[in-house]
Amino acid sequence: MYTITEEILTTPSGDMVINVGPQHPATHGVLHLLITLNGETIKKVEPHLGYIHRSIEKMCESLSYRQFIYSTSRMDYLSAHINNHGCALAVEKGLQVEIPPRAEVIRVLMDELTRVASHILAWGALAMDLGAFTPFFHAFREREMINDIMEETCGARLTMNYMVPGGVMMDIHPNFQRRVKELLKQFSEKIDEYDELVTYNTIFINRTKNVGYLSKEDAISFGVSGPSARASGVSCDIRKIYPYSIYDKLKFDEILYTEGDSYARYMVRVQEVKQSLSIIEQLIDNIPEGDFQAKTKAVLKLPKGEFYSRVETARGELGVYIVSEGGMTPYRIKFRSPGYSNLSALDHMTRGSKIGDLIASMGTLDLVIPDIDR
Amino acid sequence: MWNLSDIAKSVDEWLNSVMSPTWVLVVEMVVIGVLAIALFAVLGLVLVIMERKVAAYMQIRLGPNRVGPKGMLQSLADTVKLLVKEGLTPAGADKFLFNLAPFIAMITAMLLLAPLAFAKDFQIWDLNIGVLYITAVSSLSVIGILMAGWSSNNKYSLLGAMRSGAQIVSYELSAGLAIMTVVILTGSLQMSEIVKSQADGWWLFKGHIPAIISFVIFIIAVTAETNRAPFDLAEAESELTAGFHTEYSGMKFALFFLAEYINVFIVCAVGATLFLGGWMPFHIGNWEGFNHVMDYIPSSIWFFGKTFFLIFVIMWFRWTFPRLRIDQLLNLEWKYLLPISMLNILVVTLIAIKGWHF
Amino acid sequence: MFLKEYISDVYGAVKSMAIGMKRTLYYFTHHQEIITQQYPDNRDTLVLPERFRGEVVMAHDEKNEHRCTGCTACELACPNGTIKIITKFDISPEGKKKKAIDKFIYHLELCTMCNLCIEACPTNAIHMAQTFEHSVFDRAQLTKVLNKPGSKLQEGVE
Repeated sequence: MYTITEEILTTPSGDMVINVGPQHPATHGVLHLLITLNGETIKKVEPHLGYIHRSIEKMCESLSYRQFIYSTSRMDYLSAHINNHGCALAVEKGLQVEIPPRAEVIRVLMDELTRVASHILAWGALAMDLGAFTPFFHAFREREMINDIMEETCGARLTMNYMVPGGVMMDIHPNFQRRVKELLKQFSEKIDEYDELVTYNTIFINRTKNVGYLSKEDAISFGVSGPSARASGVSCDIRKIYPYSIYDKLKFDEILYTEGDSYARYMVRVQEVKQSLSIIEQLIDNIPEGDFQAKTKAVLKLPKGEFYSRVETARGELGVYIVSEGGMTPYRIKFRSPGYSNLSALDHMTRGSKIGDLIASMGTLDLVIPDIDR
Repeated sequence: MWNLSDIAKSVDEWLNSVMSPTWVLVVEMVVIGVLAIALFAVLGLVLVIMERKVAAYMQIRLGPNRVGPKGMLQSLADTVKLLVKEGLTPAGADKFLFNLAPFIAMITAMLLLAPLAFAKDFQIWDLNIGVLYITAVSSLSVIGILMAGWSSNNKYSLLGAMRSGAQIVSYELSAGLAIMTVVILTGSLQMSEIVKSQADGWWLFKGHIPAIISFVIFIIAVTAETNRAPFDLAEAESELTAGFHTEYSGMKFALFFLAEYINVFIVCAVGATLFLGGWMPFHIGNWEGFNHVMDYIPSSIWFFGKTFFLIFVIMWFRWTFPRLRIDQLLNLEWKYLLPISMLNILVVTLIAIKGWHF
Repeated sequence: MFLKEYISDVYGAVKSMAIGMKRTLYYFTHHQEIITQQYPDNRDTLVLPERFRGEVVMAHDEKNEHRCTGCTACELACPNGTIKIITKFDISPEGKKKKAIDKFIYHLELCTMCNLCIEACPTNAIHMAQTFEHSVFDRAQLTKVLNKPGSKLQEGVE
């Protein structure tokens, strides 16, 4: 157990040590950062994890292959669908089932809707961390529409548990296509507003440009993935380099920026929202008819062996590694969560910058704490 | 016509008729003190609800809408809540300074009320160096904040207080220079003189572009001086949790909260007096009919209307912009506002000497 | 040259801020854009989608009959041990012993609304209700018995 003693409040050289978190408005959860400060300048950032560790990996070992998927919605709760998708893919690899095309399209649609919802929340939360409260509420207006769509089709707003091995749990709701089109219309009307309120704002640009710089080499060596790595010029979109589902048949661009600063990370997210919307546009009128779920046995048993799948969540690469002994439950499950490695770069990014920069860097890394701890 | 100065005059006459001049002074001081406190309480309630409503509408929300008609009594309910809350003093705090700080913040805000002209001939103290008095006293408010931050024995508070110290001291320069432009144009430091000089037009319009520039600089500088977003680095919620008042609770916190709003009111009132003609009605050249109608609106309405418009502008800033970083904040002052306002003051001096203003 | 850059800097900054302020002023003056839902007040008109997962309930028809055979498929499908089925043996008029549910115990406090039990049920005996106001003062109230007292299995459901 970690206890806070007098000695660590200041370092021998007289630097101030402050605890940002576990209860702090900017950490969006129970992340604990131990920061060594010289005046306003950060000398060291030391993340302390484990405040929301629920041992999901261990829990999954006692759950069947159908059951464990639901718990992965609780890791990165902002990309719940994508997590579930990754798990379903790993199980399907073991089962060797053919996924009906309709299910694949629905899955991708849900993934992209989730990505949009996650990125616009990140947009709003970043603006709020930087002191502008209004964008946060504007982001929620669109996010609410996506949540309503999810609620109608999947039955839940945040932890949907919609993907099952072999397809999706239920067919899409009859209103689904209409409502997604409404969402696309809403976005085409309101997307400029995002730029007006935040992207072009001088204060915002000053706060994020050249802040929290992460070079390409460092991004690779820290294992940073997702939008945060793509802002440093690392081509790491799993949807492009190891296409899963039907992503190889879709037209979309991998957004790459080379600046590596907070502004680039922010811009990658804003551009990815547009890419995801274009994917949704391509698919929404072309949902093939057919089954939404492949026929699977009532009790799933994976053959003895190891199964690995990787998906691109809103935060980066999620790896699902299943070791099966041939039984009803996995022998071991390991998740490679994007948040954990993204957080590891935080110290490197913020050393020597101001406290305000730490907030900007943390906001653009888009950390979801349950994803880090699991 | 119903007029604040007439009421004040009749009260003064009545008091003079019943007691000796010394007692009249004492009674009037007490009355003014009570009125000032009442004004503060009312302003606090009104400004808090105004801020919340402005924020809500900008954020496509409804805002408070439960207590009273349209939620207008929400801030009263909040005050009651704060009153019954325990005012905690942390164990490691410097207890005397910790408890003194909110009162310092409040008293400086209160002192600034003296030279404000609320309506025609309605002023607590029309001292001949009114503008100087305001700039001098308003710089005291940093002491309250520093005191609170230092005595809390909290690192967040300390950081917030230090930020605030650097910020207020630097922004006073450009606020002072912006005020100086009007003083130069008027040729007087007295508030009533400044208002009178705007009888035929407000300085914002009479002073050409330099006056507009100094008005903009004034608004930016006073936003910073009152620690309002985008310059709320002393509080900086997402960075320092609550900055200098992290450790305060209950009524002591409420005093800081109130002092912030009172300061906003006062700087806006000063801005309205200097640039927008104080209680002077809006007149357009030779439009006799229009000017006559404008004169019918009581002068106090004009004053409060202008002040609240400026307060709205400052709130509008708060709910639109992100926060600056501390080095950028000081850059803005020393690299942009100060050089511009120094250049501006030269131009204004030229205008004043040559008499080019209207 | 330096001065030109300086002025264009200031101009650009002021312009970008003015754009943002225009946007917030638009929302300040256009109240029809407000999206607040006044939740407890709109309770009567609040319509939740039919798939919304609020809690597991067991449907009973007018004869107080349900469709649950007590096969425990839902109990096995549940990842959290939310459902516990206690079975008994009914003796039919012909003197045959027949398995039936005694109590279908549902722990709402453990439930994550994952819908796996509904999927697993072979006879569509249980479904998700659209209720969502689950707060109670005593935790014991969250443990529910889903089959109504005196209810029995519908004819023809195996």
